[in-house]
Amino acid sequence: MSLLSVKNVTAKVAEQNILKGLNLEVNAGEVHAIMGPNGSGKSTLANILAGKPGYEVTSGSVEFEGQDISDWEPHERAHAGIFLAFQYPVEIPGVSNMEFLKASLDANAFANKREQTNAAQFIKHARALAESLDLNPDFLKRGVNEGFSGGEKKRNEILQLLLLQPRLAVLDETDSGLDIDALQVVAEGVNRFRNKDNGVVLITHYQRLLDYIVPDYVHVLADGKIVQSGDKSLALELEKKGYAWLT
Amino acid sequence: MSQSVDDLVKSNADYQAGFISNIESDTIPPGLDESVVRFISAKKGEPDWLTEWRLQAYTKWRKMTAPEWAHVHFPAVDFEAISYYSAPKDMSDGPKSLAEVDPELLRTYEKLGIPLHEQEALAGVIQSRPNVAVDAVFDSVSIATTFKDKLAEAGVVFCPISEAVHSHPELVQKYLGSVVPQSDNFYAALNSAVFSDGSFVYIPKGVRCPMELSTYFRINERNTGQFERTLIIADEGSHVSYLEGCTAPMRDENQLHAAVVELVALGDAQIKYSTVQNWYPGDENGKGGIYNFVTKRGVCAGARSKISWTQVETGSAITWKYPSVVLRGDHSVGEFYSVALTNNRQQADTGTKMIHMGKDTRSTIISKGISTGHSENSYRGLVRISPSASGARNFTQCDSLLIGDTCGAHTFPYIENSNTKAIVEHEATTSKVSEDQLFACQQRGIDPEKAVSMIVNGFCKEVFKELPMEFAVEAGKLLEVSLEGAVG
Repeated sequence: MSLLSVKNVTAKVAEQNILKGLNLEVNAGEVHAIMGPNGSGKSTLANILAGKPGYEVTSGSVEFEGQDISDWEPHERAHAGIFLAFQYPVEIPGVSNMEFLKASLDANAFANKREQTNAAQFIKHARALAESLDLNPDFLKRGVNEGFSGGEKKRNEILQLLLLQPRLAVLDETDSGLDIDALQVVAEGVNRFRNKDNGVVLITHYQRLLDYIVPDYVHVLADGKIVQSGDKSLALELEKKGYAWLT
Repeated sequence: MSQSVDDLVKSNADYQAGFISNIESDTIPPGLDESVVRFISAKKGEPDWLTEWRLQAYTKWRKMTAPEWAHVHFPAVDFEAISYYSAPKDMSDGPKSLAEVDPELLRTYEKLGIPLHEQEALAGVIQSRPNVAVDAVFDSVSIATTFKDKLAEAGVVFCPISEAVHSHPELVQKYLGSVVPQSDNFYAALNSAVFSDGSFVYIPKGVRCPMELSTYFRINERNTGQFERTLIIADEGSHVSYLEGCTAPMRDENQLHAAVVELVALGDAQIKYSTVQNWYPGDENGKGGIYNFVTKRGVCAGARSKISWTQVETGSAITWKYPSVVLRGDHSVGEFYSVALTNNRQQADTGTKMIHMGKDTRSTIISKGISTGHSENSYRGLVRISPSASGARNFTQCDSLLIGDTCGAHTFPYIENSNTKAIVEHEATTSKVSEDQLFACQQRGIDPEKAVSMIVNGFCKEVFKELPMEFAVEAGKLLEVSLEGAVG
């Protein structure tokens, strides 16, 4: 059974048809890169997987570990193990990162009938993760993304990924706006995350990220459909030729 | 599919203090005239000067009209339909020892988590409010004051004001009405005429009050108003932290609560006054609830004195309340920290006045308004710098948070600066709990209800940290309960 199975999905946002028959199978242990020009539907794909309000699947099916998740609330999908690293992480003023991370961890533990991590253990773990991502441990005390730089926000997403250890990670243009140092830190985090039991969907505009996170498959999304699939060499080809020859 | 914030905004808060106690009461018939004022005064065996003082206030009130400038809408209150005195029957001969108090009354406070048995309070048997002395006011009378003896050792006077009139007449006569004059406003005048009970506190020179003081107000009887009067005097160099809490049963009709609180801080004294106000807010259609028309004011009479108001307001159908500080002493400090949450059909018009008169006086105003449902939430604040207040400084920050799109938030700041050597700063923001914030929390596994409560608590953090520790937790919980129904 595949981890994620998207079959012939059409989806609309604000009465506009964006996805027009998209298929995608992700198995455990695989990293799939989704590339494509602006407006091709990459972020829509990420949002329908996470169940964002306003993104409506009009036909086809989205299955996660064999279960149709179309009617699931976003937090129920999170509990099942779907994680979305946001393209534009939001600020939540006054709520400390620490508090937010612990609440997330506890909510997922509760939903999956696992024991809660005790506070001391949690703090130790969170600090170690922060350091591994070149984040000053002080940042855990600050409000969620409050006054963070673009790079800090993205690294915070990766910290959450590593802390929550989901089954499927969907990264929505996590590389956008990062300088090369930050990009390497983020890529290293994702590589640390990937293993034979989980899957990664890597949405990106640029080949550059794939130098650091080597995908098993590369798909090209254009006008709401996957128009070409291949291995990592496809990404290099795209870099040379652009997207025009495919659409 | 998942619900959007707007879909999630529905109503029906769970008001846990909404029960009615079955207590036999002596309640006088509705209506107000001189004989009622005399009756109340006689009931409390007051000296002539106080009876006269009340009658004077009554005469002034008769000539006044209810204020209409606040951003709230409600049918005119029929002051002839209200009963101005109600007391539990066995209390009508004045307070007795706790052992003689109707067990049903004690149960009422137990249910509300307010321990009136000192032993139990000390042992933390009922909830956890160790080291807090409580004055419990039920309808028109104070039924019990705890830890009086322990406080007396430190020279602190903490008793019902009706008792202080007899035990400390010189203090009461000197300070009653000195901060909020009888004719200050319509409701203050009414209160001055008919005030029933409330707390009296005197902290002697140089004494740091050994425990938190608190008063717990409960309206029970139908068709009664509560008109309590609180007077706190902190003598030179003394220090006190005082907290008041309020609840009322769920009733279909509106009930009036028109209190007056006066604070006096002499030189180098500090008064910290915290309120957790949870009067019944009415149902989701706006039926019932308390009209909370309250005048609270403190005067920093001496140099380097400090008065700090912290309020968490989640209750009442209508709130009209502006805890203020008159900064008369040089270098005195006034603070106002407020969280006001309105849900369903609640309306709040609240804020503060900082009147700078002394040199180098400082004031800080942090106001957080949260509106949801169909509620209206207004901040109204006055900062006045008198010509004499050289070097005065004020900082004001007003933040409004909207949940859903059927509620309103308004800010009415008034700044009157008559001194060129003063600095006044004002910052204001309005934000919405955005769908993106909610989605971000949900995506990490946090359910929408918890997410909104977390976002709102974060928004209020600057104010909560000003509350005494044990009440900060309570305020957070109260907010959570009041938000119930704000999300699905």
